[in-house]
Amino acid sequence: MPAISVNNISKSFGKVKALDCVSLQVSKGELFGLIGPDGAGKTTLFRLLTTLLHPDEGTAQVDGHDIVKDYLAIRQCVGYMPGRFSLYPDLTVEENLNFFAALFGVSVEASYDLVAPIYRQIEPFKERRAGKLSGGMKQKLALSCALIHRPNILFLDEPTTGVDAVSRCEFWDMLSELRQKGITIMVSTPYMDEAARCDRIALCNEGRILSIDSPTDITRGFDAPLYAVKARNMFELLQRARTVQGVLRCYPFGEYHHIVTDATFNTDNFQSSLNALEDLQIQAVSPTIEDMFIKLMER
Amino acid sequence: MKKSNFQSFVKKEFLHIFRDVRTMMLVLLIPVVLMVLFGFAISTEIHNLNVAVVVPNKSESIRQAVNRLACNPYFTLVDEVANTDIDPVLRSGKADAVVVFDEDYDRILAQRNAGINTPPAMQFIIDASNTNVAQSGAAYLQQVLAENHTPQQLLNLHLLYNPQMKSAYNFVPGIMGFIFILICAMMASVSIVREKEMGTMEVLLVSPVRPFKIIMAKMIPYFMISCVNLMTILLIAHHLLHVPMSGGWWGIIVVSLIYLILSLTLGLLISTIATSQAVALLVSAMLLLLPMMMLSGMVFPLENLPTVLSPLPNIIPARWYIQAIRKLMIMGLPLSAVWREVLIMIAMIIVLLVVALKRFKDKLE
Amino acid sequence: MNDVVISVTELTKCFGDFTAVDHISFDVKRGEIFGFLGANGAGKTTAMRMLCGLSFPTSGSGSVAGFDIMTEGEKIKCHIGYMSQKFSLYNDLTVWENIRFFAGIYGLSKSETKERAQRILEQLHFTSERNTLVGALPLGWKQKLSFAVATIHNPGIVFLDEPTGGVDPITRRQFWEMIYEAAHAGTTIFVTTHYMDEAEYCSRVSIMVDGKVCALDTPSQLKRAFAATSMDEVFRQLARGAKRGE
Repeated sequence: MPAISVNNISKSFGKVKALDCVSLQVSKGELFGLIGPDGAGKTTLFRLLTTLLHPDEGTAQVDGHDIVKDYLAIRQCVGYMPGRFSLYPDLTVEENLNFFAALFGVSVEASYDLVAPIYRQIEPFKERRAGKLSGGMKQKLALSCALIHRPNILFLDEPTTGVDAVSRCEFWDMLSELRQKGITIMVSTPYMDEAARCDRIALCNEGRILSIDSPTDITRGFDAPLYAVKARNMFELLQRARTVQGVLRCYPFGEYHHIVTDATFNTDNFQSSLNALEDLQIQAVSPTIEDMFIKLMER
Repeated sequence: MKKSNFQSFVKKEFLHIFRDVRTMMLVLLIPVVLMVLFGFAISTEIHNLNVAVVVPNKSESIRQAVNRLACNPYFTLVDEVANTDIDPVLRSGKADAVVVFDEDYDRILAQRNAGINTPPAMQFIIDASNTNVAQSGAAYLQQVLAENHTPQQLLNLHLLYNPQMKSAYNFVPGIMGFIFILICAMMASVSIVREKEMGTMEVLLVSPVRPFKIIMAKMIPYFMISCVNLMTILLIAHHLLHVPMSGGWWGIIVVSLIYLILSLTLGLLISTIATSQAVALLVSAMLLLLPMMMLSGMVFPLENLPTVLSPLPNIIPARWYIQAIRKLMIMGLPLSAVWREVLIMIAMIIVLLVVALKRFKDKLE
Repeated sequence: MNDVVISVTELTKCFGDFTAVDHISFDVKRGEIFGFLGANGAGKTTAMRMLCGLSFPTSGSGSVAGFDIMTEGEKIKCHIGYMSQKFSLYNDLTVWENIRFFAGIYGLSKSETKERAQRILEQLHFTSERNTLVGALPLGWKQKLSFAVATIHNPGIVFLDEPTGGVDPITRRQFWEMIYEAAHAGTTIFVTTHYMDEAEYCSRVSIMVDGKVCALDTPSQLKRAFAATSMDEVFRQLARGAKRGE
């Protein structure tokens, strides 16, 4: 039995189709990532799976329970961290944790071993009001609160949005640790570079799933040759590269521009036609998840 | 959810309230401030009305009348002016009213005493730019100056329950009706909606706790704070404003507790409608406070309403509460005399609670 | 010297005994894309507010577009554009009404407004959306439109506060192309972001840690200096040492 099973689920809000016939399976103990920009339907999917919304069509099971019929059973066994800061800013760190433990009818001591690796980092500040914590510390507290009742499945909606790169990295380390303990985790993020930390990912956009696979396998579908190019004047390169024979797409990618090419592309020809640009470099690269996402979006 | 957990839920709500020191102070001080304000500073009674007199001759009876004015605590005799100075003295604001005695004052009085129909013996000229002052002032003047000189009075006025017409008696029930709506309905609804706004409601709903418990836990602290306020108001009313409480304390307290629950239910209903704290505040103010001020009989007498609107006050909870409290507190009737008001309030609680619980879903839509 | 459009010397801002911005100094040249990076709570927003004339520094000095930030805040506001992720446009007004409103704020005449609005709509291929409510537009479109609106008065400098948060990868790139284009035309861009790949697009990058600017150079120089392969690595090396949070 999969931990989460979603079958052809659709959900609309007025005219906007937030989810359009989405299906996916998450196995027990998996760290599953929903990768996509705002408006992809990630939050709606989370709210459906945490039984906060009813689907228009389709069915879904969480930990074997139907999200419509058995919603009370689901609420016992899942942990949920919504996208927004979901703690009480006027309560202290400790009061927040105690409250969420009481909410699920457990004691903090009983689950301390599970939350300890995370909570210990903020325990020195337990008298501080949650509203006065830094972004990274708020996250840790929110995660501790979501874990306090030992859920089988953890839903994390964009936990790293608006958080700096270092805190984001630390957060993913914590998730990997939780995964070791057998908790199934479903997490969403708009940052493509975080996808590699998941066991499997679903790329989603505008209510549809573009592709589901492991991060390494997902880029296999990228069949066109891909090059990274660089020159002194990057803006000019961007404009001129698009005119070269065999270039399908050219877009900025970190310190390089990536060019997606077809069979007629030839690197020598590329270099000679753009030789007016200073310091022109070109090299073949393997596609990343972001390249794949762009390709899938443009299809 | 075990009982101990419910307690921790209630504890958390108390923490929210205590942590917000400003709101806390406001909640506890508003009743005191309002009571003192309405009890002492703001009243419909008139003190120190400035009166000037026009005296054509210094006859004994005129001198006596002027003396009565001067000795009365409600009036301050400012000046004796000439007939031609009436307008300037009113215009300059030196006097609020001018009493003009007729030249034949003595003769007219004598004829009147003899039962002969006469023209008026004096004239009041009053600055009516403030209609309240003008009306009450005229009435006071009439009482003071007509005394003893109209033996064949046409009517015998007898003011029951509040013979001194103290305005505090009128305002205390109104303030009680107002404050409990403010605290129970407005603040409780805002506190529920705040959780929606912060996103914590999502987490609460995705827990095994039933929505009914969430609501109860939110209501209890506001109920208890309101009980404290109730005691403060009653004590101030009795000891500072000398409101008689003639119907007995218990009746007042029982009726007030019912009204508290009614207010909380209203707050709950608002919280199911509003999606943000601003909306909750606006709805409370527009749908509760404003109609309450206008239609509960707290400020404006209900008898003045046009007939089309006359059924409207019946749906205002405060109207029944204020009416009941007036009966108990000032008329001194027993609890059994307000059974109708109590029944209506209980019926309102049931209806509102059913609607609110129907509307309060454990989903987000 | 006319080429330096933002110049800041020992700029400091304290809130009580907390030093949010701690003696920072830097220059930004005309036409640069200046990346202003930092961990949460490093003091980016506070620094940016001072540059935009929204708050006064506790000490230090600086000039933006040739105007003193201490005394000429109002003049600065006329010569800069500002766009943040949180507030950009009015969702309940149409595209055209938004453009007209912001043109009005910057005192553009009726004919100027008309001409610029036309230019914006054509540039963004928005002509058919002229009377659409902004709230009904996809997020990516909104962001592009709000950049166009932020530059409607042809400001010399544009401040962008996390302009691409949550935007899909294609729109994000289209957005950066707009930035490139504006910079190419001589507009100076001052931008904050959490996407480290976007830091690579900048001409120069400054990284703030605990209120201080602890690195400032071109991305390639920074990577060389920190022996890193990406800006992400550079950032992590620096921000790891951060003591304080938000």
